[in-house]
Amino acid sequence: MEMLKTKMKQAKMIKDSYGEELSINRISKTTDVILNIIFLLWSLVCVLPLLLVVVVSFSSEQSIFQNGYSFFPSEWSLDAYQFFFKLGDQLIRSYGITIFVTVVGTLFSLAITAMFAYVLSRSDYAYNRLFTLLMLFTMLFNGGIVASYIVNTQMLGLGDSLGALIFPMSLNAFYVIVLRTFYKGIPLEIIEAARIDGAGEFKTFFSVILPLSKPGLATIGMFTTIAYWNDWFLGMLYIVDQKKYPVQTLLWSMQNSLEFMKQSSANALEYAEMAANAPTDSGRMALTVLVVLPILLAYPFFQKYFVKGLTVGGVKG
Amino acid sequence: MKPFAKPKSNGYNKQGFLKTFQKNLPLTIMALPALVVMFLFRYLPMSGLLLAFKRFSVPKGIFGSQWVAFKNFEFLFQTSDAWVITRNTILYNALFICMDLILAVAMAIGLNELLRKRRAKIYQTIFMAPYFLSWVVVSFMAFSLFSVDNGLFNHLLNYFGFSGVDWYSDPGKWPFILTFFQIWKTIGYSTVMYISTLTGISNDYYEAAVIDGATKWQQIRRITLPCLKPMMIVLTILAIGRIFYADFGLFFQLPRNSGPLYPVTQVVDTYVYRALKETGNVGMAAAASLYQSIVGFVLVVSANLVVRRIEPDSALF
Repeated sequence: MEMLKTKMKQAKMIKDSYGEELSINRISKTTDVILNIIFLLWSLVCVLPLLLVVVVSFSSEQSIFQNGYSFFPSEWSLDAYQFFFKLGDQLIRSYGITIFVTVVGTLFSLAITAMFAYVLSRSDYAYNRLFTLLMLFTMLFNGGIVASYIVNTQMLGLGDSLGALIFPMSLNAFYVIVLRTFYKGIPLEIIEAARIDGAGEFKTFFSVILPLSKPGLATIGMFTTIAYWNDWFLGMLYIVDQKKYPVQTLLWSMQNSLEFMKQSSANALEYAEMAANAPTDSGRMALTVLVVLPILLAYPFFQKYFVKGLTVGGVKG
Repeated sequence: MKPFAKPKSNGYNKQGFLKTFQKNLPLTIMALPALVVMFLFRYLPMSGLLLAFKRFSVPKGIFGSQWVAFKNFEFLFQTSDAWVITRNTILYNALFICMDLILAVAMAIGLNELLRKRRAKIYQTIFMAPYFLSWVVVSFMAFSLFSVDNGLFNHLLNYFGFSGVDWYSDPGKWPFILTFFQIWKTIGYSTVMYISTLTGISNDYYEAAVIDGATKWQQIRRITLPCLKPMMIVLTILAIGRIFYADFGLFFQLPRNSGPLYPVTQVVDTYVYRALKETGNVGMAAAASLYQSIVGFVLVVSANLVVRRIEPDSALF
């Protein structure tokens, strides 16, 4: 009896400290420790490469020359970042392009996706089946990049333009399906009530349906934003004039050297002076940091929506 | 549940085409932007597939270029490239599918069993972070580890008295490096998919098992795994459906376009891109692209037919 009491006391203590429901069916302490060690190690594997890039970006060239890319540089330095601030007109331009493409692209994409998904969700719409089939077919078969490249540059005249960075990614059939499923869950009565009140299809959509679908739109908007921000491929494929590169493509072009960054600087005199002692190694890593920074800062906020979004995506009607 | 029963009373079918069209006009207008984008960027490029049978010349355009029948395919399949890219694409993807399945399920079960749920959430957040980094960024992280002169690994090797490795020109290492980074980037995402299924398993099963004296291991084998089985099958089959499409960023960015590595890093997608942009052989690129589209189409459709038999809700069509 005494033992049971202490056991219960212990159990209560564990429950209090863990803030969890205590069930009999738990793994042993040892197993828990082992699992924790494995997960901690994998966490390090996830985080350390990024940390290395950050540390290198703050290392002096001299230190890199001596120790290579190291977690413990012999000398810290802000040279790489100062380099970008001084010769930064290309960086600012690229940032501007990426931000523009991300904002406009996401809004455009959300608008056409939401409207299309809503129309497809209406079973009383006459061409519902036809358009759904047309859309599903694009998920199964596509022209591939050669055909897209030739058509976009030769027929649509999108070569070297911002349109080439926005439109090809703007309609994702999978998101249409996810949103359509969401809209199908909205009772027909609501739409009919709006109609009886004299609202047209557009008014119904914008003032009744759209506000109801905010969570779904937020999730898809987040995915789309990240896709636009992270895109380097369209920039690499379509943008000819390097001055119009979005940041990710700019970073890619820097795999070999910072030459281009130096050349495209407006200030030629300063270029000559800086070219000699440009922080090439730390410079690349500094640019990498500047490119991922917005994603990293936003990550804690969007990651919980992301998990929700995944579970929404699993359901299809 | 079908909230939208097709309203027969509207009698669209009995009326003429014009009347139906007029009645549906507002919704059609709403769908129009998406339809235009779909036509221009999904269907129009399909016409570019004709290029596989033509010798492309810019002034004549897609339709005016000269027909060469199957010449492009003859060239493609005469080289050893066709075999290499097919082998690489399929073997790498097969390996990724297996590794991802085993590791993601193991990780999901492990995270689900942790005594402190708060910790499981934190691990999950960290594991998912690499998913949001672009391949360009990841390639710079890898570079900070593998760089011949400055890389962390070579400096560690030197420190312990070994000679450095020329990572970017040693093909033997890349199957492992590519697989590692693929898993590193996507495992968190897959794990979340399985965790969302795990949390849906009713606790009653486990309670009943505990009463019958089942060990934790037995519970995992007899309850958890069978409950995860449908999800495992569906995700795997869908991945098999896309086995002929490689992750372009992984194979293009990570090896930093290093020629000596092509035998183990060239896949269909990178081959097509390089033929198009670097060697300028549009005909050959188009042939390889059509080859991919057709094989890809057959695989995706077959995979979906299989999924529809097992789990109709998860099939695309």
